[in-house]
Amino acid sequence: MDLKEKLLSSFLVFENQLDSDDYFNNLRNNAIKIFEEKGFPSKKEEAWKYTSLNSVIKEDYTVFPKQENALEFNDVKKYFIHDIDSYKIVFIDGKYSSYLSETTHDGMDICLMSAAMSKPKYHIVIENYFNKVATKDSLPSLNTAFSTEGAYIHIPKNKMVAKPIQIIHFSTGNESAVMLQPRNLIVVDENSHVQIIERHQSLTDNAVLTNSVTEIFANKRAIVDYYKIQNDNLNASLIDNTFINQKQESVASVHTFAFGGKLIRNNLNFYQNGERIDSTLKGVTIIGEKQHVDHNTLVHHIEPNCESHQDYKGIFGENSTGVFNGKIIVNKEAQKTNAFQANNNILVSDKSTINTKPQLEIFADDVKCSHGCTIGQLDESAMFYMRSRGIPEKEAKALLMYAFSNTVMSSVKIPEIKQRITKIIANKLGVNMGFDL
Amino acid sequence: MLKIENLHASVEDKGILKGINLEIKAGEVHAIMGPNGSGKSTLASVIAGKEEYEVTKGNIVFNGEDIEDLAAEERAHKGIFLSFQYPVEIPGVSVTNFMKTAINETRKAKGLEDMPAKDMLKLIREKSELLEIDRKFLSRSLNEGFSGGEKKRNEIFQMAMLEPQLAILDETDSGLDIDALRIVANGVNKLKSKDNAVLVITHYQRLLDYIVPDFVHVLYNGRIVKSGGKELAHELEEKGYDWIKEEVNA
Repeated sequence: MDLKEKLLSSFLVFENQLDSDDYFNNLRNNAIKIFEEKGFPSKKEEAWKYTSLNSVIKEDYTVFPKQENALEFNDVKKYFIHDIDSYKIVFIDGKYSSYLSETTHDGMDICLMSAAMSKPKYHIVIENYFNKVATKDSLPSLNTAFSTEGAYIHIPKNKMVAKPIQIIHFSTGNESAVMLQPRNLIVVDENSHVQIIERHQSLTDNAVLTNSVTEIFANKRAIVDYYKIQNDNLNASLIDNTFINQKQESVASVHTFAFGGKLIRNNLNFYQNGERIDSTLKGVTIIGEKQHVDHNTLVHHIEPNCESHQDYKGIFGENSTGVFNGKIIVNKEAQKTNAFQANNNILVSDKSTINTKPQLEIFADDVKCSHGCTIGQLDESAMFYMRSRGIPEKEAKALLMYAFSNTVMSSVKIPEIKQRITKIIANKLGVNMGFDL
Repeated sequence: MLKIENLHASVEDKGILKGINLEIKAGEVHAIMGPNGSGKSTLASVIAGKEEYEVTKGNIVFNGEDIEDLAAEERAHKGIFLSFQYPVEIPGVSVTNFMKTAINETRKAKGLEDMPAKDMLKLIREKSELLEIDRKFLSRSLNEGFSGGEKKRNEIFQMAMLEPQLAILDETDSGLDIDALRIVANGVNKLKSKDNAVLVITHYQRLLDYIVPDFVHVLYNGRIVKSGGKELAHELEEKGYDWIKEEVNA
């Protein structure tokens, strides 16, 4: 039975267990119909031309992992940014771990999606926001049909959340292959500010496929900084669907650090529904072996006087492949838009590949839009220069790669994250750098 | 200190150095002059270990050791420094961080611990004053947006930090105005001692008024065709290189 059939028949079982009056039933039923009709995307679709899911969906995934598993904090501490005080929402094989988490209801809700889905006091927020910005494409729909858990974050107005929030998903390898479908809803009201870190981590070599959906609503003058750390093992794949709806004068940024996994696809969509909005999409990708990372971005400028900044850096070694597909749409009404996009890549090996494609659809006439993509090798003259000063080849390469990613690193606002990312990069490159850039 | 014997080197199968013999002893300043395309910069790069150049014949012996199979960084660790004619811009790496890495990697190669941060700061302060370098300059990205003079001054600053045994200055005077030239030359002279040596590569005699050589060699067509004292530099300045070419071709 292929994965699509398995999911469809699993849904029938799942549906029988649900309360028929449940608000989500309709959503789930509609969503599974979309998935049934469209199925998993294939390379025939323009947006999936360079990414094939075949190698990922051939596994026999368990869709509803049964066993509960516990983890000791000390065993997984290294996957947290543990040197800062933070809220934590932690999941083990898709199930909430209260033991590893630190949530709150004190003046704001930093808690669980399952609670928000079942308790009446969250109903208004759910009705207003849940599944309102996620697209009706097949994979987000698949998530809508199945998801029962994730992070629920609602920050009421005028609140500066002092501690960052870490959302971490562990998979323990209890099943030989598992499919996870976490669902996050983040609503940040007027004038509020929140910082979020998200990570998916498989703890064994068993296959994991995560199809995650995150909906973020940055209301008037809200500030949202979101950091995704993707540094998973070679049998873990991630399809990340993140949708951000911004209102007037809000500022939202997503930094995606893609260092590993078997296959990663980041669908990142920004919708600017108001004036004077600022959106930032940045990423560093450093991969090797047969890894594959695909960044598929959309910035939709709907109203006037807004800005968007995209800066994606990629370093591809061995047989790895990368994709950058960045789409900017500027509506006719969105005059005075400033939209910038840059995608720079270094191919370290002659067997690595990058497919990069900017797509601009501009319907307004008074706008500034720029895009540029480059593909190059490490600069040989820079290498000789550094080596002639006593810096060995490996360290010189690493230094050049750091320097290359620096425009992305420099806008990371939490120093501990920057340090952690620097360390991950150093580990990946097998060097020890005595400083952070 | 440095002994080059019958050195032949080529790039992409094109022979550029065709039998160089040169000996530099501790405490000496040598100058290599010559017309454009004679192989001056190639010689500098070959001594420093640039991989594009292939040594096809001959030896480079540094302190009694054959070094032609060593990587550029290993030669640097042994005390060879090349000041580049065109220093490379490295955006995203500050001058200070670059120097910290270079010094600590060199120490690591010698089995030493990293230099304590306090000592590093002191060294940086001391050497930047020597080259009259503004402290703000040190936090800028290496060579990025530097003027020609700033780049060269930064090269000599790095030399001062690394304290090499043999410093090769490749066209260090090009792009320098007279004030910058004086600062750079002054820096080099202050670093001179009886234990180290300098090899100045230049097209013009100008720099040699400030860094006075003990020996001057003329490189032409991949060979040293004439050697002499500092007066040879003046002769070349007056008469140009044509008479040398004629002498050789005759």
